[in-house]
Amino acid sequence: MRAPATKDILLQVEGVSLAFGGLKALREVSFNIRKGEIRAIIGPNGAGKTSMLNVINGFYHPDQGSITFKGLTRPEMRPFEAARGGIARTFQNVALFKGMSALDNIMAGRTLRMRRGLLWQMLRYGPAATEEIEHRNRVEEIIDFLEIEAIRKVPVARLPYGLQKRVELGRALAMEPDLLLLDEPMAGMNLEEKEDMSRFIIDVNTHYGTTIALIEHDMAVVMDLSDRVAVLDHGLKIADGTPGEVKKNQAVIEAYLGVAH
Amino acid sequence: MIALGQFLEVLIGGLMSGVLYSLVALGFVLIFKASGVFNFAQGAMVLLAGLALVRSLDLLVAAGFPLWAAIALGIGFAALIMAITAWLVERFVIGPLVNQDGLTLFMSTIGVTFVLEGASEMIFGSDVYPLRLFPTDAWFLFESVFPGGILVNKLDVWGGLIAGTLVAGLAIFFQRTKIGRALRAVADDHMAAQSVGIPISWIWFVVWLVAGLVALVAATVWGTKLGVQFSITFLALKALPVLIIGGLTSIPGAIVGGLIVGAGEKIAEVFLGPSIGGGIEYWFAYVLALAVLLVRPQGLFGERIIERI
Amino acid sequence: MLYREAGQFKTTYAEDMAVFPIRQDRIALAMLVGVAFIGVPLLANFHVWPFSSDYLLWAILLPFLVLALAAIGVNILVGYCGQISLGSGAFMAIGAYSAYKLGTGVHIPLSWLGFAISIPALPMLASILLGGLAAACVGVLFGIPSLRIKGLYLAVATLAAQFFFDWVFLRVPWFTNYAPSGSVNAPELNFFGLVVSTPIERYLLCLSFVTVFAVLAKNLVRGNLGRQWMAIRDMDIAAELIGIRPLYAKLTAFAVSSFITGIAGALWAFVYLGSWEPLAFSIDRSLQLLFMVIIGGLGSIMGSFVGAAFILILPIMLNLVPTQLGVPLSTQTITHLEFIIFGSLICYLLIKEPHGFARLISIGKEKLRLWPFPY
Repeated sequence: MRAPATKDILLQVEGVSLAFGGLKALREVSFNIRKGEIRAIIGPNGAGKTSMLNVINGFYHPDQGSITFKGLTRPEMRPFEAARGGIARTFQNVALFKGMSALDNIMAGRTLRMRRGLLWQMLRYGPAATEEIEHRNRVEEIIDFLEIEAIRKVPVARLPYGLQKRVELGRALAMEPDLLLLDEPMAGMNLEEKEDMSRFIIDVNTHYGTTIALIEHDMAVVMDLSDRVAVLDHGLKIADGTPGEVKKNQAVIEAYLGVAH
Repeated sequence: MIALGQFLEVLIGGLMSGVLYSLVALGFVLIFKASGVFNFAQGAMVLLAGLALVRSLDLLVAAGFPLWAAIALGIGFAALIMAITAWLVERFVIGPLVNQDGLTLFMSTIGVTFVLEGASEMIFGSDVYPLRLFPTDAWFLFESVFPGGILVNKLDVWGGLIAGTLVAGLAIFFQRTKIGRALRAVADDHMAAQSVGIPISWIWFVVWLVAGLVALVAATVWGTKLGVQFSITFLALKALPVLIIGGLTSIPGAIVGGLIVGAGEKIAEVFLGPSIGGGIEYWFAYVLALAVLLVRPQGLFGERIIERI
Repeated sequence: MLYREAGQFKTTYAEDMAVFPIRQDRIALAMLVGVAFIGVPLLANFHVWPFSSDYLLWAILLPFLVLALAAIGVNILVGYCGQISLGSGAFMAIGAYSAYKLGTGVHIPLSWLGFAISIPALPMLASILLGGLAAACVGVLFGIPSLRIKGLYLAVATLAAQFFFDWVFLRVPWFTNYAPSGSVNAPELNFFGLVVSTPIERYLLCLSFVTVFAVLAKNLVRGNLGRQWMAIRDMDIAAELIGIRPLYAKLTAFAVSSFITGIAGALWAFVYLGSWEPLAFSIDRSLQLLFMVIIGGLGSIMGSFVGAAFILILPIMLNLVPTQLGVPLSTQTITHLEFIIFGSLICYLLIKEPHGFARLISIGKEKLRLWPFPY
């Protein structure tokens, strides 16, 4: 039973433009994400999808436009503000900390919620140890949820790609985000792995109530999972609506089939 | 007129010694431009080249060869040693580390530094060996304008000419030749360059060889000035701030940086030194580099570093 | 067979997170601590072999302990946080000279303001700890640029620190209390009334310091701050996006690292050398510490000890072994051989095992767990 998407808007991007030198990555793109929904952003390669996520995250700063998150409007986001505000994300090329184990990577996601300072941690015995165990408990819940108990102590560099993506999802979940941005979470996976990942995404949305925005190329997945879809092409938004509506949209069909314009 | 004369003398002297730093810095820039590796061992390479040259020279002269033949053979021998070194370093250190990050490669060059220093001294000896390849006396310029004239060292002038020629030659090499383009491709992305068929091992051997020859040239000038000895490696360390100021990827930057550092530290030493206790030369270059880093991290002529995720 | 974990179950996360989760390791550690704190002083007191003379204690164990502590400091910065530093010698110097000034009384006449700052000579423990604090403050200062400057650029900046402080302690006579020779004698090592002078006492003093700080360091690196450091090291962009503040992480790394290195510097000067010159903390020392950390293992507290031991023992071996074999080597040759061996080892380790001897040891332990079975 999917969590019903509410009408409240969690994130709104308004007229966002972004250019790299002469290359216009985004051209006055506006759309919103409602609280509790699963929103897909799709489009052919180079459409600007990852750039859009990077703007929401604060990694890129738009040349024009504004971002409204949880009611606060601002011209650009800063990475730390995004994180603290409850935005988490995963990356196309897995951005895990290669020198640490899976468990440590996910524990790193709890940083914002760990209060005990340097001196307590040096001592360890007492408040810092208690806090460490408390967060370990939460992280183990996530590990159970993602079914990666067996590999928690393995250095992530040694894990196969599919498991790395799951660990990365775990790290994002550890932040207990309000908005989860997933950049091609199913890239490079076989059918079974995709089914697992789809299940996780739906579960995250249902059990934790997390709003999810995802970029994905697999159309079947997108149509199945998402509540609403935004379609980008060459930096412009060419369609926005439910999966059914978007599938029938002429502009979308042309974009994907590569009709010259 | 005396103060101006003295200032000019110090300035010219500083500029000239700056050129010497530039000669070493050039080797750094070459390797960095072509392989993305920051070669801490450049100074050790200067030492090795110098030792190979001076020892073979002494041996040949003692064996009765005429000076010109000894010099030619000595330079040939030193060049051969640098070629062997380049091959060994590429085969055993840089090659195996081809896909590692910059920091690991940098630390490996620290390892190479020590191996080269230890080996070269063990094989060629660890005394101070004077080298007589250039005239070392001085001209006195503008004697009519300034009392006593301005002292300009002939050796320094030779150094300047050589550096200038090297820069021009290397610039042409990088911009115009096929190998130069390949080198730049390799510096940008090792794996991509490999995948378009650029033979990385060969390229890196060439790079280190050229850097070794540049080190040899630097060794001839330095060696004449100071004698070939272990402390040359420390002076080579001075080339690091030169690179920071000039920009790690810029050949003209190495020259300009060297001039700035050379002139700057001499002037600071002579005019500021007495009030602070002297010895400013020791750290002036580094603090200057630090200041430049804070204001313009890529140096005067370097390329901006863009991070992608 | 001997080194099996079978039957050792962890029922709480606390047990799972313990530093030495395997019982055999804990026993080994207890034995090591026992030998170090009780066995060694006992044997040395009665001059039992190998402590027949003071040589082992004075020339090997003492420098080993202090340099291992310094290596822990360097490892935190370079190994855990990934910030390369070629200036650790300078931080040792700052610790030593600050402790010296505080231990002999500080007097700064500010005649243009009309008064003077005068601090009486502080007790030894306070001087040493405050010396470390001074080093930490300077460390933070040099860490501030690390947000904009990365990698090798940072290395050059740390070289600036190294050479600048070399010069400061050489040329500014205030630091050496205007000693004409430029070299300095340590004040009396008086800890709450107990005077430390004999080799055994010095050894125990250093051992105590090292044990305490190794424990504190280990606690830090396995907690949240350690994870933040390693995240910055591995991918600082991603770290920022999960809520880690790069400036905080880097500055704390510089601060903690310099603090520990500074204390090691004070111990080196006061307890080991007794009297010293700025040369004791030159770039050679910085490179030596870097080597210890690379060879011993980047990102490993134990590795710092292993690296320090190796770097100290090799020259002695190079001296002893050929002599025993009847072919004594000159000191020059030994130095050259040292260079070649250290350099080659660094290259070899970086290629084959970037985590140094510490990783090789833990791989060995993995094999030992299975022994006598191959897998």
